Amino acid sequence: MTDQTPALRLENIVKTFPGVRALGGVSFEVFPGEVHALMGENGAGKSTLMKVLGGIYQPEEGRIFVEEVQTVMTSPLQAKAKGVMFIHQELSLAEELSVAENVYLGELPRKSFGRVDWARLYAQTDEILDRLKVSFNARTRVGDLSIANQQMVEIARALTVEAKAVIFDEPTASLTDAEKVVLFDVISDLRADGVGIVYISHRMEEIFKITDRISVLRDGEYRGTLVTAETDEDEITQMMIGRSLDLSRNAAPVEVGEVALRVEGLSCGDLFQDVSFELRQGEVVGFYGLVGAGRTEIAETLFGLRTPSSGRIFLKDEELKISSPIEAIGHGISLVPESRKEQGLILGMNCRDNITLPQVDDMTAGPFVADGAEVAIFDQYRDRLQIKTPSWRTSVGSLSGGNQQKIVIGKWLAMRPDVLIVDEPTRGIDVGSKSEIHNLLRDLAAQGYAVMVISSEMPEVLHVSDRIIAMYHGRIMRKFGVGEVTEDSLVQAISGIGGDGQAA
Amino acid sequence: MTDSRAKALGGLLARQGILVAFVLFMVGFALWNPRFIGIDNVFGVIRSSAILGVMALGVTFVVIGGNLDLSVGSMMSFSAIVVLDLHENPAFGPALAIPAMFAMTMALGALIGFLVGYLKLNSLIVTLGMLSAIHGLTLAYSGGQNMDIANQQATWFGVFGRGTVAGVPIPVLMFGGLALILAVILAKTPFGRKVYAVGGNGTAATFSGIPRARVVFMTYLISSFCVATAGLIQASRTMGAQNTVGQGMELEVLAAVILGGASLLGGSGTVFKTVIGVLILGFIQNGLLLAGLQFYAQFVVTWVIIILAVWLDIAAKRGRLWSPIA
Repeated sequence: MTDQTPALRLENIVKTFPGVRALGGVSFEVFPGEVHALMGENGAGKSTLMKVLGGIYQPEEGRIFVEEVQTVMTSPLQAKAKGVMFIHQELSLAEELSVAENVYLGELPRKSFGRVDWARLYAQTDEILDRLKVSFNARTRVGDLSIANQQMVEIARALTVEAKAVIFDEPTASLTDAEKVVLFDVISDLRADGVGIVYISHRMEEIFKITDRISVLRDGEYRGTLVTAETDEDEITQMMIGRSLDLSRNAAPVEVGEVALRVEGLSCGDLFQDVSFELRQGEVVGFYGLVGAGRTEIAETLFGLRTPSSGRIFLKDEELKISSPIEAIGHGISLVPESRKEQGLILGMNCRDNITLPQVDDMTAGPFVADGAEVAIFDQYRDRLQIKTPSWRTSVGSLSGGNQQKIVIGKWLAMRPDVLIVDEPTRGIDVGSKSEIHNLLRDLAAQGYAVMVISSEMPEVLHVSDRIIAMYHGRIMRKFGVGEVTEDSLVQAISGIGGDGQAA
Repeated sequence: MTDSRAKALGGLLARQGILVAFVLFMVGFALWNPRFIGIDNVFGVIRSSAILGVMALGVTFVVIGGNLDLSVGSMMSFSAIVVLDLHENPAFGPALAIPAMFAMTMALGALIGFLVGYLKLNSLIVTLGMLSAIHGLTLAYSGGQNMDIANQQATWFGVFGRGTVAGVPIPVLMFGGLALILAVILAKTPFGRKVYAVGGNGTAATFSGIPRARVVFMTYLISSFCVATAGLIQASRTMGAQNTVGQGMELEVLAAVILGGASLLGGSGTVFKTVIGVLILGFIQNGLLLAGLQFYAQFVVTWVIIILAVWLDIAAKRGRLWSPIA
């Protein structure tokens, strides 16, 4: 492999932003016919490196070579002209246009007088789609395709010119297992054609399945390259976070207290039906199920964002009617919502003001907000949750995902709730912060909080929960007590097989 | 070295471009015509900016809360006409005319606040519609006639527009005083914090237990209070008004707010910045008049300034003047 010419080579790339050295001399190469993984925690510099490669950022130092020809990247279009393609995690397709128009967006084949050559457009696109073995054709409207098929359109885009290197940025984030198989086939076809592939992902099993080598970034520094066949998860994790990670469940016996929250026969239209459960002080109850199983909707109902069609909610044996978040908060219910950026944070606001937002009415001296008291609360939760931020004045939008999530959690802990609901506690967060947040949830239970965790990740739900409630199509399928759960039974329950018979 | 200097300069221009341009403009005009920065002229500019300024203070709240208010110009006409008419009505007189006018104007503000806040209608459409509807209301109220105070010597009503305290014009004092009060409300009270939260991310504000609809409603109420104050100053200064006295001011007000640096997306801006924006607009228009530019050219110049301000606002966010991606 070493006597080959690299398809793409980066040499000593340095990129700084005010106050941050985002990339500190990163070198990296991918050979034709190689799948090279790029790994690192969020904030390690992967996205910055890709933006440098796509010409969106200009590096202060360092050089980029395509097939050993030095190249200055000025825009993604120019990178494409040089044979460097990007398949983004977030799709950037025009939904109202056809597949063919999307594939050749900006480069539609022309006839005389600038008229679009539709026949050629559809023929060329269908040719590419054949290579991808997809079930739709060039004339399909993109908005009618599934997410996975839309991703295929993105890939088709990359195949319109002769690609030398293709960069996949978390391509499987929204794919089902079956769809992944198709994607991996495409990748191995590309590899067989001699394309160099850069594969960015957090998912270890994929990395081991399809990559040849793995390069690791940490804090903007290049940490080294491993040959996939000669390494294991521990070594990679250690390289990524600088220490090894303990994901095993701390098996300390749970001392549960009184019932904090009791729900009886709660229904909300088509979203969920006849949901009953108890949540005690000192325990974490995990809600597991597929997306759309009704878990988030239960949380939103308990938080006063939805009106239940029937059923009763008791908080410490007192029946409640909750019709707004203000009332829920007043009763001691807190919700760390599913989407941190859309629902959890005011990104342009500073850290302190985000944390104190729900209680800003109470933090007053006379008619004015008491700055000192607010800073005291911020300091307290910064220390307790180990939030890494230069100062309380820093705007939340500039923090990493993990620290942002800690701000949201801090905001709700500062309300001293009786019931803490956490929806997808670690979505989009790097490995290191993930385990910190898991430990935090366990600690909170140990301190007597009643914690309800909603998660779509099985390792997470197994790791943090004392009891697990499995949901399927808006109904509780099965409740697992302490120590009762196995992965198999859990998978069956959320697929609608073999529950307690509650489901229709 | 020169490269990093050029970059630092570029960054400064992107962030403080409006202020830098303003300073250059002031210095240039002062060198060309020293009268420009004479005490008389400076006070003149501040005084003539007061009406626009008072309106801009209120719109600052609306814009930070994430909405627009294009109805303030025609609402100001309404206020001026109403207060003058009631002043002439023997059943009211000046002492009752003023509170009655405030109540009527703020009722309009409450209606907009209800439509945008509680019914969650798009503020651009609602206030654009209100611009027209209130104009119609004003014409219906006045029967299309201009309003005048018949016996100007017999009333104290002129004090708001023409009076002075220790040599300082009362409109300037009202502008300054209102700016101070609203600045404190916005920066120091829980309500002010909620305005920023609702404008910054309304969904997250709701998830934090903030009554979003009520906060938006309040911003329009504040805006209409400011409009009523501006209408009072206007009516008092001229002791008479046309039905169209506030026509077109909504755009100037918006220009001042954006010039000050409030984002049209909501969530950022301050009262102080708006005051700066008002003064910049006032001085530029005054300077161009002194330079002998036709009055009508001001409309074009105002537009150019708005475009420049919006461009620099976006450039500051992405750190350079032009970018292929947003």
